Amino acid sequence: MRGTSVAPRVAMTAFVVLLVVIPWIAPPFWVTLGNYIGLYSIVALGLVLLTGVAGQTSFGQAAFVGLGAYTSAWLTTHAAWSPWLTLPAALVLTAAMALALGFITLRMKGHYLPLATIAWGIALYLTFGNLDWLGGHTGMSGIPALSIGGFGLRSERRYYALIWAVALAALWASRNLLDSRPGRALRAMKGGLEMAEAFGVDGARLKTVAFVYAALLACVSGWLYAHLQRFVNPTPFGINQGIEYLFMAVIGGAASVWGAVVGAALITVLKEVLQDVLPALLGRSGNFEIVVFGIVMIVLLQFARDGVWPWLARLAPTRRAGTVPAASPLPSRQADRPRHAALLAVRGVRKTFGGLVAVDDLSFEIRPGEILGLIGPNGAGKSTTFGLISGSLRLSGGEILFRGRSIGSLTPYEIAKLGIGRTFQHVRLLGYMSVLDNVALGAYLRGRAGVLRASLRLDRAEEARTRAVAARAIERTGLRTHMFDEAGSLPLGTQRIVEVARALAADPVLLLLDEPAAGLRFLEKKALADLLRGLRSEGMTILLVEHDMEFVMGLTDRLVVMDFGEKLAEGEPDAVRQNPAVLEAYLGGT
Amino acid sequence: MSGQRAGGVAPILEVERLCVSYGKVPALRDVTLEVAVGSVVTVIGPNGAGKTTLLAAIAGLLPSRGTLRCFGEPVANSPVEARVQRGLVLVPEKRELFATMSVVDNLRLGAFVRRRNGGASAALADVYARFPRLAERRGQLAGTLSGGERQMLALGRALMARPRLLLLDEPSLGLAPVIVREIFEIIASLRASGVAILLVEQNARAALQVADYGYVLETGECVLEGRAAALSDDPRVIASYLGHGKAFQA
Amino acid sequence: MDLSIAALLAQDGITNGAIYALLALAIVLVFTVTRVIWIPSGEFLSYGTLTLAGLQLGKAPGTVGLLVALAIVAGIVEVASSWRRGELARLPWRLLLWVGIPLAIALVLARAAPLHWPFPLQVMLTLAAVTAMGPLQYRIVYQPLADASVLVLLIVSVAVHFVLTGLGLWFFGAEGSRTPAFSDASLQAGAVVFSAQSLLVVLASLLLIGVLYLFFGTTLYGKALRATAVNRIGARLVGISPSFAGTLTFALAALLCAFSGVLIGPITTVYYDSGFLVSLKGFVGAIIGGLVSYPLAAAGALLVGLLESFSSFWASAFKEVIVFTLIIPVLLWRSLAAHHHEEDE
Repeated sequence: MRGTSVAPRVAMTAFVVLLVVIPWIAPPFWVTLGNYIGLYSIVALGLVLLTGVAGQTSFGQAAFVGLGAYTSAWLTTHAAWSPWLTLPAALVLTAAMALALGFITLRMKGHYLPLATIAWGIALYLTFGNLDWLGGHTGMSGIPALSIGGFGLRSERRYYALIWAVALAALWASRNLLDSRPGRALRAMKGGLEMAEAFGVDGARLKTVAFVYAALLACVSGWLYAHLQRFVNPTPFGINQGIEYLFMAVIGGAASVWGAVVGAALITVLKEVLQDVLPALLGRSGNFEIVVFGIVMIVLLQFARDGVWPWLARLAPTRRAGTVPAASPLPSRQADRPRHAALLAVRGVRKTFGGLVAVDDLSFEIRPGEILGLIGPNGAGKSTTFGLISGSLRLSGGEILFRGRSIGSLTPYEIAKLGIGRTFQHVRLLGYMSVLDNVALGAYLRGRAGVLRASLRLDRAEEARTRAVAARAIERTGLRTHMFDEAGSLPLGTQRIVEVARALAADPVLLLLDEPAAGLRFLEKKALADLLRGLRSEGMTILLVEHDMEFVMGLTDRLVVMDFGEKLAEGEPDAVRQNPAVLEAYLGGT
Repeated sequence: MSGQRAGGVAPILEVERLCVSYGKVPALRDVTLEVAVGSVVTVIGPNGAGKTTLLAAIAGLLPSRGTLRCFGEPVANSPVEARVQRGLVLVPEKRELFATMSVVDNLRLGAFVRRRNGGASAALADVYARFPRLAERRGQLAGTLSGGERQMLALGRALMARPRLLLLDEPSLGLAPVIVREIFEIIASLRASGVAILLVEQNARAALQVADYGYVLETGECVLEGRAAALSDDPRVIASYLGHGKAFQA
Repeated sequence: MDLSIAALLAQDGITNGAIYALLALAIVLVFTVTRVIWIPSGEFLSYGTLTLAGLQLGKAPGTVGLLVALAIVAGIVEVASSWRRGELARLPWRLLLWVGIPLAIALVLARAAPLHWPFPLQVMLTLAAVTAMGPLQYRIVYQPLADASVLVLLIVSVAVHFVLTGLGLWFFGAEGSRTPAFSDASLQAGAVVFSAQSLLVVLASLLLIGVLYLFFGTTLYGKALRATAVNRIGARLVGISPSFAGTLTFALAALLCAFSGVLIGPITTVYYDSGFLVSLKGFVGAIIGGLVSYPLAAAGALLVGLLESFSSFWASAFKEVIVFTLIIPVLLWRSLAAHHHEEDE
């Protein structure tokens, strides 16, 4: 799915040429600046993934940079390790630290990770400064220079090549990652966590992965820094530097990997200029540039939250369109389908919220291959029942069995793994992603590719098959013409159909639909009914929670009617329709 | 629309060509309606028709396009609080009570906009007279009330602001029939005391019985309107809820 | 360590803990009402100490310039937003509120400085000046971001911390200040000596907490803030505007921080950037209370004070490291305990 326009390629080529040329034509000072921009870009890149994509953030990246630098500094000077061996050691140490921090904070709300990183950043900084064997506040010198097979990297120019080779490789890997199975799930973290979990994504785990990824990039930058300076002290790893890394990502534009480079360049150059100009202007010395950075951040977040990159990107517009390569679809998840009299059994289920009883002693079964309608007036407890079955709400009592197995205490992603697919009453699509990408997220559980394979682009065969699956689900639901449209640009009715397509891409055994016809027009409803009927003829079992009586009448095999959290009636649609109690529940008694 | 205008008195609420969208998705399209002084007007329609969106837009919780005049003045640009100050008060579908505060605190906060006018104690006595249950539970936390009591508290809290126009969103939602009847009696008595009401209801029969005029909303558009008595006999209203039973047969 | 040393350490810990508790309460208050994680609370503490120190030296504190600068920016923001909304009729009133009052306070501050007012008046003036900066900060920075996510508000808070630290350096200079002790007296109880200074700090903190308790428990405005914290939409529906709640909240929070600045002045030398570390200790306390519980936050802050004081005895170089590492087990405990809370929302 590469852009078809040539402009981005030209811009990209120009950028790389500029990078290569700078060290040969520019004064040494520029090369130094270029080195720092490269080092900072690597750190900021991690924050783009963590903040802009996964919706988390960290003010403590400088501490991970320090961890990389100090690990290598100590091992090379005190234990005489080769610098090439200290890198893996530093990465392991950093990963362990980040894993521990992530494990503790990422199961909670978003603001605990950043707060923890502030505390941890300060604690680590003070530790560096207070441990004598790390050189205390004076630091450690005599760190060896890097060399590759006798080719020394002492000069700034040579080192420049190394830094930017690493930075570009990191950019390449991060872009690959975003355009992959784990990348789609990552992009869903921000604003779509509940939805992603319904398709088998373990949100806490994935956020931890993003945090570790960002920490590792910071560590690499620190390792490079130690062997560039050949001297380390605690100063560049303090909390203020950690905050500046985040500013780079946000000012550059945290939604794009290029934002990291733009932000790193802007902050580095601006800082250089301000440190020259401000003391002269103010007649006093001090780090007054932080006032300017702070004001820029505040104004930016008030008026242009996406940073600078989108403005630059507009200069070279891309059109996201393309074709789906032919590939055999991913393996089906239906192979072992044991026959149960009831695919899903709801037994004596009860749910209370505080003092309110939302569902009370509800029992019904869904038989394989049928469309069961769960209907009732507003507030009857239908959506609560749906939440209980899909795992987004916890049972207060009773049990729910799927293929004879109790699922009442499972999380949404565990339930998804068992083969239950769902849609959402309030459409949960990622509006800025294409329909194809949205639907492909549904096939998450049918793929295997992890972060490493995805970053190195070793997942292409599987990715092609995933796209084939998604494309087939889209075609089946009649949305072929919208395949590459932004999901957010479609009318509500169409978005609801995309929800169904995404659930189909998961190849579920049981499909749970939460008011799929709400807000649809007549013809759209008719198309949806035809689609569901087609699915049933292929053997799919469907639970349809609906309010619209007319819609369920000609479509469902059986109906369960709820009112006041209890079962009011159950049976064939026509019989239910004649039931006076149902009529009264719907139109209201007087 | 002119059907409910009586004797040239300007309506208390005029909504003209109101449009609301969520992102790029339209939720309301060109809805036009009005509420005459001292009348009860109901908006009915199936789920997802946009009824709650309509009330939220009138109350100012959602941005909208179109004309919105209340008490003869345009209010489209004023925030929720300013509309409450003028007497336009919403009782939302989710009640939105202060769960960890007592019943009496919830009620007193209802009179927040009138804090400089005084008379909160008198208003409180009025509410207790109307809802004796709330007087019994005055010290209890709102979060521990039953569904019916919560609805009463939500209504009581709204009345504390001494509204001239009350927007009621699904007041009977999830309530037992006995309590639904009680709620509708209260609506009738409010009307008698001169409060105009715009009522969004699922319970179409009860709503049309208490209302003077009604509108039927479907997929964000107003498809039918008329005097309440006429609407309750209109087969199209029943069809809008229950369907004809044949449209989606294979 | 014998008992008298332990008692001394405990006394120190409780004294500092009481100050951290005020910050923790301010942080919880701001977070629950406005969702802002108020990192720059520490700068208000520094400003408090430095303002009082300036008044005691008889020279106009940097606060004068800060207030003038903030008032000018607030005036510009107010004109721009009134213009955009076409509400120019109310502009004079708003300018009086946002520009007039801060300028008046700045003027009094500048005039009063050389007069060596009595100490209580100096304290009152300090509190008034620093408290005024709370609403100004809200008006300029946070009110335009009312609909932003907690994450964006947090990043903005860090940016504000940067700005206020830099401005602090500009207006107050790099030198630290220490205010004279409120009292040199001490009380002997057995082998243990209580300094009147410590007792005064603890009592003053308790008094302020008591006043706040009454404010939130009995007054309509206090209840309005609580209501906003409990249910933001519900609060709007009864006519409590978010900007009103935000303004009042930031005034109260700034008052708490300024007050702790006054209290900490005689205990330690305060520089323009000292507040940050102090406020982070308040944060550790607030996090112990999950950023929502006032009593737990205050207790947590006391715990931080005690931990800090005792670790300064055993490992003085690492006392900060120990305090900030405490956050890890605290978060672990919260993440295991708070699991079912998130579901009900």
